[in-house]
Amino acid sequence: MSENAKLPPMPTGSFAERAVAWSKKNLFDGWFNTILTLGSIAFLLWLIPPIVEWAIVNATLSPTIEGCAEVTGACWGFVNANLRLILFGTYPFDEQWRPLLAMIVLMGIICGSLGAVKYPGLRKAIIPMWLIGVPVISILMWGGVFGLTYVQNSYWGGLPLTLILSSIGVIFAFPFGLLLALGRQSHMPAIKTVSVVYIEVIRGVPLITVLFMASVMFPLFLPDGVTIDKLLRAQIGIILFTAAYLAEVFRGGLQAVPRGQFEAGDSLALSYWQSMRLIILPQALRLVIPPTVNSFISMFKDTTLVVIIGLFDFLGTVKLALRSDPAWTKYYVEGYAFAAAIFFLICFSMAKYSAYLEKELRKGERR
Amino acid sequence: MSKPQNAPGDVRSKGLVDYLNDENVRAVLYQIIAIGLIVLAGWYLVSNTLYNLEQQNISTGYGFLDLEASFEISETMIDYSAKSSYASALMVGLLNTVKVSLLGIILCTIIGTIFGVARLSSNWIVRKLATVYVETFRNIPVLLQLFFWYALIPSAFPHPRDALEPLPGVLLTSRGMYMPVPEPDNAYTFMAIAAAIACVIIYFVKKWAKKRQDATGKPFPMLLAGLGIFVGLVFLAYLAGGAPTEMSMPALKGFNIRGGYNISPEFMAVLIGLTVYTSTYVAEVVRSGIQAVPNGQWEAADSLGIKRSVALRKVILPQSMRVAIPPLTNQYLNLTKNSSLAVAVGYPDLVSVSNTTMNQTGQAIEAISIFMSIYLGLSLLTSLFMNWFNKKMALVER
Repeated sequence: MSENAKLPPMPTGSFAERAVAWSKKNLFDGWFNTILTLGSIAFLLWLIPPIVEWAIVNATLSPTIEGCAEVTGACWGFVNANLRLILFGTYPFDEQWRPLLAMIVLMGIICGSLGAVKYPGLRKAIIPMWLIGVPVISILMWGGVFGLTYVQNSYWGGLPLTLILSSIGVIFAFPFGLLLALGRQSHMPAIKTVSVVYIEVIRGVPLITVLFMASVMFPLFLPDGVTIDKLLRAQIGIILFTAAYLAEVFRGGLQAVPRGQFEAGDSLALSYWQSMRLIILPQALRLVIPPTVNSFISMFKDTTLVVIIGLFDFLGTVKLALRSDPAWTKYYVEGYAFAAAIFFLICFSMAKYSAYLEKELRKGERR
Repeated sequence: MSKPQNAPGDVRSKGLVDYLNDENVRAVLYQIIAIGLIVLAGWYLVSNTLYNLEQQNISTGYGFLDLEASFEISETMIDYSAKSSYASALMVGLLNTVKVSLLGIILCTIIGTIFGVARLSSNWIVRKLATVYVETFRNIPVLLQLFFWYALIPSAFPHPRDALEPLPGVLLTSRGMYMPVPEPDNAYTFMAIAAAIACVIIYFVKKWAKKRQDATGKPFPMLLAGLGIFVGLVFLAYLAGGAPTEMSMPALKGFNIRGGYNISPEFMAVLIGLTVYTSTYVAEVVRSGIQAVPNGQWEAADSLGIKRSVALRKVILPQSMRVAIPPLTNQYLNLTKNSSLAVAVGYPDLVSVSNTTMNQTGQAIEAISIFMSIYLGLSLLTSLFMNWFNKKMALVER
């Protein structure tokens, strides 16, 4: 490949010489670049010191309003004092080890599923992991058995709720999205039309309209006397929404499988489902792993929208903590910064991993 | 996938089992079953809904649109008061959505392009700064960003009494930004008409210039000529209208600022949040668009003796546009859809107004169906445009 053709000459000389050569090439190459470099340095000098001063030097961890009033910098004490409210919402205080454990289990399963791409040995474990994990998480969160007290899901909140909504959303949307993608590729006009209309309608509207629909219209759809609670309605809305996006991801994968593979299945006299299961899907799904992770990331970020229909996910509990005492309200920057940092950590590492997977999966194609 | 027909010599009469084994017959059967199930489910949901609505004494239909809305909207682009109808309230909401989306699209394109190009810069520090910007803001939920800006703006700026005045006439306060605007005058209508006429003239001049260049090879300085025509005509209209100079200046009257044009904190929060978030995606689109053009294209232009600046404009950009425009349109659509988050900070966009309408009238299905179909219409229009554009820009293969 061309990468080999233009390998840079090996750097020579002492460290200082190489550093000078490097900065000449990368920082001061011509007058325009010099101006850019100096401008950037000036910008950083203007931006960084006040932030460091605010966030670290003048900050306090003291979890009292009085302690925060004494300092000029950040009041991390707000996060410190309300940490459990922010992390777990209104879940009964003494039982909060349960959402913590559920969250750890869920993160373990997510990491395991993602790791399976790299370590094929884990692949067989994915489905059992979810089949066991989801009930375990439900038992931990709801309780009511094994001596755990029952906790209504209107008390759920915080980071576990965000993780549950987004990962359950993607897991349940997965088979539904796959069916929709196959439907869209189908030769049967009625099936194809139904799939296309569903996918395009859902993708054409914002998530918030689907959530409004779930929270306002679902109760009207149900027969008299049957009710489902707010959390479940939001979860169904998220699943319905994610399925349409996953369907398009899967379609990309299906289209990338060469025609000859479909024909090979036909010539072996495999039925449609056999050739899908044995030939097409293993190839197609491998291709769509990175975009599926990306869908999960955007779902994870979009789950914050449930705040608007009155659920307390991680962003909702930060707002709850800010409102818990009027004296805390002015420390919104600290609260939002904490939430942003957690979201960033999770999303950024998943995005990096997905980019890495994409490279890994292409290894076979490289010559 | 057609099944081979029965051979002519096949005299076996077809039984029911044979029919069920025929792939074509089965396909029809499956479809009938699928449609049947969907219709059944739909009928079940609709009948439940009608029953529930009847129980709750809610009438169905869009008749409520003509009723008096009786709620105020803080920001309106058309005449609206609490006495106006729900229909005009929704119109106000739609216009507010369009306003913030259009401005957001323009701003995020500019900012996104700058950061996209900066990520490819040969300058190490510029490249890293751009990367940090993109990675930070795309990995934080947009709603969190909106909340942050919405909390920041009112507390970062002073009370209207001691408003900051960074430029003469521009006031920054906790209630938003105030700018001087010209007093309404006929001259501005003239200018708008002149601008429209100028666009038509430019269109025809451009056609003529392309024809001439195709025939003779002589290029025509279209950019300069176009600017000249546009600015000249608009300026003439301004003079013809009597060159009004009166401005409405914002000034403190009592406890609040009157006059001028007010940009509310809600609007600013939504605009900044959406712009920053979407610009990170635009930056990635721009970057991959530029990277998609093979280096050989630069070299080809060089070897033809084309100047670098011309090569960029006539060789590289048109090709990267082909790659970049479809995902860019997607991002614009995402921004428009995300503008519905305005409901969370109280900017009266379409969803927010519909939400109020829904709460007041109880017409949930109707209100949701209205804003869903508007968003759907916008998406369909965009995909129509994208299809047209893709066809126009597609590589002409031999």
